[in-house]
Amino acid sequence: MDSRNYPPDASSLLISAKIVVAGGFGVGKTTFVSSVSEVAPINTEAWMTEASEDVDPVDDGTGKTTTTVAMDFGRITLHSDLVLYLFGTPGQARFWFLWDDLSRGALGTVVLVDTRRIAESFAAINYFENDSELPFIVAVNMFDGELYHDLDEVRDALALSPEVPLTTCDARDTGSVVKVLQELVSYTMNLQLSYGV
Amino acid sequence: MANSVANSTMRSMRVRPYAITGGRTRPRHHLLVETLISVPHYDPQFSSSLMPESQALYERARETTSIAELSAHLTIPLGVIRVLLSDLAAAEMVFIHPTGYSYAYDQNILGRILDGLKKLPA
Repeated sequence: MDSRNYPPDASSLLISAKIVVAGGFGVGKTTFVSSVSEVAPINTEAWMTEASEDVDPVDDGTGKTTTTVAMDFGRITLHSDLVLYLFGTPGQARFWFLWDDLSRGALGTVVLVDTRRIAESFAAINYFENDSELPFIVAVNMFDGELYHDLDEVRDALALSPEVPLTTCDARDTGSVVKVLQELVSYTMNLQLSYGV
Repeated sequence: MANSVANSTMRSMRVRPYAITGGRTRPRHHLLVETLISVPHYDPQFSSSLMPESQALYERARETTSIAELSAHLTIPLGVIRVLLSDLAAAEMVFIHPTGYSYAYDQNILGRILDGLKKLPA
């Protein structure tokens, strides 16, 4: 960090952490974030002009270098000096390039799955299995409190590696969402211990 | 009608970001969306010397705020926020807080996060 301009007061000790909430369109990411966020999830039609990308932003005729993306995020103050942010990835596959940006610096990812539309989350699982080094767990969102398939069947349907934790949750329920977040943090801690990072 | 208004807003925003960053697209510091920014020693004179977007950022950051929140509340694209903040940081006018990632999410940080999650009211 920049030690040069390190301010002397105690507020400088405030640090942030990030968890990514991924999954397809309509699997409950916004609900999941709302259930635990201390502020209304900020649904920003964020102007992701990818100024940091290695592309020439000047008009290439397609006008595609500037994209409007709805991005949900929420915040949880965990300690007086530690704030956790939750970022929902844009559901649409065409915004994958943003996933790299959102994922960078995260402690891990929760991929939400709706078993009624399981294919919606294939892309997210594929991304976190193959294109990202972030620890991730998969949580089946039970919209009406019922699990229609056993987790083994869900694991098969998702072609999920055996080592990836698979759990259930009710995205509307604060306690349930917090439990999923705890599972992710514990998983990340265990990975670190086992790989000696 | 509503559509054409939206379109014209989009069009103007397409040009503006690079105008306000003077054409620069790369920040000098790596700023994550969750990175917190604060103003250690507020200087009203410095503030009034800034361009509107930088001034808005500087004012807003007097209360410690994340990059994503700054972008959302001020409706300034993340890429632009990063460049402008990195200038303010280079001038030592804002402080870029470390994140969990700065500590490589060591066991201590993760343990504190877990502990905090366990204390949340269910």
